[in-house]
Amino acid sequence: MTQFSTPWVERNKPNLSAIEKLMVGVAMSVAGLAAPILRRFPAAIFFGAVAGGVVGIYLVALLSEAFLGEYHLLRDILAVTGVSLFAAHIPLFAIWWERKVAARIQSRMGPMRVGGWHGWAQSMADGIKLIAKEDLVPAAADAALFRLAPYVTLIPVVIAFLTLPFGAHWIFRNMDVGLLVIVAMLGVEVVGVIMAGWGSNSKWTVYGAMREACQMVSYEIPMGISLLLPVLTIGSLNLVQIGDAQAGGWHTWLAFQSPFMFVAAVAYYITSLASCKRAPFDLPESESELVAGFLTEYSGIRWSLFFFAEYVAMYIVAALAVVLFFGGWSSPISPEWIPDWMGRFLFADNAAARAAQGLILGGPIWMVVKSFFLVFVQMWVRWTLPRIRIDQVLYSCIQVLLPLMLVLLIGQTLWVLWVPEDSLLAMVTRIALSSFTGLAGLGACWIIFKARLKKRALVGVLAVEQLPGA
Amino acid sequence: MADTVLESAPDLLMDIDRVEQGDVETEELLINMGPQHPATHGVLRLVLRADGEMVIEAVPHIGYLHRCAEKIGENLQPYQYIPYTDRMDYLAGMNNNQAYSIAVERIAGMEVPERAQYLRVIFAELNRIASHLVAFGTYGLDIGAFTAFLYSFREREMVLDLCEAACGARLTYSYITIGGVHDDVPDGWFDRCLEFLDYFDPKIDEYNQLLSFNQIFVKRTAKVGVVSAEDAIAFGLTGPCLRGSGVKWDLRKSTPYDGYEKFDFDIPIGRPGGTDEIPHSVVVGDSWCRYYVRLEEMKQSVNLIRQAIRNCPEGATLAKKNKTVKLPDDEVYVEIENPRGQLGFYIRGDGSSIPARVKARGPSFCNLSIVRHISNNCLIADVAAIVGSLDVVMGEVDR
Repeated sequence: MTQFSTPWVERNKPNLSAIEKLMVGVAMSVAGLAAPILRRFPAAIFFGAVAGGVVGIYLVALLSEAFLGEYHLLRDILAVTGVSLFAAHIPLFAIWWERKVAARIQSRMGPMRVGGWHGWAQSMADGIKLIAKEDLVPAAADAALFRLAPYVTLIPVVIAFLTLPFGAHWIFRNMDVGLLVIVAMLGVEVVGVIMAGWGSNSKWTVYGAMREACQMVSYEIPMGISLLLPVLTIGSLNLVQIGDAQAGGWHTWLAFQSPFMFVAAVAYYITSLASCKRAPFDLPESESELVAGFLTEYSGIRWSLFFFAEYVAMYIVAALAVVLFFGGWSSPISPEWIPDWMGRFLFADNAAARAAQGLILGGPIWMVVKSFFLVFVQMWVRWTLPRIRIDQVLYSCIQVLLPLMLVLLIGQTLWVLWVPEDSLLAMVTRIALSSFTGLAGLGACWIIFKARLKKRALVGVLAVEQLPGA
Repeated sequence: MADTVLESAPDLLMDIDRVEQGDVETEELLINMGPQHPATHGVLRLVLRADGEMVIEAVPHIGYLHRCAEKIGENLQPYQYIPYTDRMDYLAGMNNNQAYSIAVERIAGMEVPERAQYLRVIFAELNRIASHLVAFGTYGLDIGAFTAFLYSFREREMVLDLCEAACGARLTYSYITIGGVHDDVPDGWFDRCLEFLDYFDPKIDEYNQLLSFNQIFVKRTAKVGVVSAEDAIAFGLTGPCLRGSGVKWDLRKSTPYDGYEKFDFDIPIGRPGGTDEIPHSVVVGDSWCRYYVRLEEMKQSVNLIRQAIRNCPEGATLAKKNKTVKLPDDEVYVEIENPRGQLGFYIRGDGSSIPARVKARGPSFCNLSIVRHISNNCLIADVAAIVGSLDVVMGEVDR
């Protein structure tokens, strides 16, 4: 009871000089002004600051590139900082977003508390919890492999960012083998998973590792071939060149150039789900069969590193799909469609025009938005479909996708040889495929819109009244 | 881990040998699936003898949830034993109460008021819906579809609300009791129940769209764990597991109790692929059939509850002197149709108010016995699909 013998106010009363009192007063009034804003829009301020920081650092890097050259150390440090900041915040955002998407699909609310607005700080709170957990290594595990595995999984996917373009100039290293580097890095990630499964020294984790190995040898080949189609069409492995070739409006996106490319885009997306272990290909960590697969023995920060890697890899495969098939950083609007009065402003030589050009005709924002849309589709698929069996994975990848991809490769080769870009057939195909996709998108929007109108009827009156998430 | 397996399953290790396939030498692996495993629905332990992903043999080991439920019944008066029956098959408390109550009523020659019979039917069928919803949802989880689970629990919540309104409990009801039901339902309960049924009926079609006819789901469950009708009868399978094999057998029809003879309903059975809406790859008796029979049974339960509410008479809901029942020196065995199959209670009285012997025949126990027979030479993922389709509740297996 001793702590109540003297009033705490008395004990802690600071002795401040006049100037200190003034400083405290100023600080408190600034905080008083800032607090309501901070409290009201914390998520917007946080993610705005992150996005601003990333863009700012990258802009400085780009500027320094103009003065210092592409291979200057200072520019490299700045650009790597920007890229890794961006990569580090993908999981923070995507995990929260996935939980919200899953909750919507399952008529729940998802995280609602942490941080205020829709639980936006949930993944940060989870991260703190995971870091604070005890770092456990099972006694029977191969400690070196067990400790190393998360890093072997995470580092390659972050390295893949170095050659991933966000815009025509927004790239750390514009390599002529950029695509190859990214595919190689995605392949190295698998080694980490196998290390984790083997190093944990548990039968379930070994099963997870073997499934991952099995899955990789089956999806890598069709995936590689599907990536070859845009490469042979453009004639380059340089991602910036491939992206730049699709800048003339959305009908010039590579996925719509021939029927073969269209099917290849879908096939690539399916194999990319397998490559980042997403449902329905989440066999290495399938909960209901293998407890948690290769993750069974992991906990705390090591476990969360695997999740970091998974979400970053999700973004990378989605971004790759965007660059190779869906126009990269270019917007769906062609420069030719812009009316004169707008063009006069847009193509003027001033800073505002250049900013507007980036927004309307393409730039990093389009790249990020498109990539995150494809990430959203990955989540959508995950929370809708059951998991397929390992023999079905092997069958579908090797016996269905592989022959299909070979046919597509030959078909696209012949298409490139025999159908000139300005021929009637090419134009009809282009317009048919792009308008088909556009109409399908509009139809989906219409269905969603109608569903929102009929929400009560769809979910049911009882559910709306009784359950908050419905 | 290997040591514990050695001790408890010596018969398994006798014939472990190296399997040679061409020039690749592989070894068989003994692995423990459970008792702590997400796919075993509680504390079932399966010892798998696996060659890579292939499971050569799956042997269930039980007893992790044994609570002497039958022995407790030999020390309590029947009225006091009702709450213990709730805990056997904890997903179907109402049906367990009903089985024990009917057994005691038969041996003591007690009459149940007609309104109580109708209420029993209503609550037994509501509980059947709740239980099948859990079976449906967790089966989706076993196959890897998470969303179906939450959809089913969304609706189950409403069933539990209805049960809570009648008896105050949401899982272990002790509502159906000896001589009738514990209390009459509150005012307006029937309207609320009808409102729920109107809401719930179309939801079953939604489940079918989401899960039952999903290509991946059908591929995972069709032709997996096929049980022929002969095997099903020989192993003593009952309930949806028996009907999934195409045997039209339901105690509510064959030996009606509590006035089921007054109701008009169908017995859904497993049908071969290609008939009506059934996917082509399905064969009678596979996991998909057992799963789908449950969904069709929910529709029949909705139908039954509607009829019961329409015809429910006014009157008393509890027979007199139900608490001081004396059991004559006689024996009785009563079976009723639980959501999982036939739940039987054997009671032997000796003239006092405490039974000399209580024995329960749990459907899950018999249904589980077929696991070893049908999970030979399947994949590990199929073991989860097979055990899930049998829908066992370990509380009832071990009692």
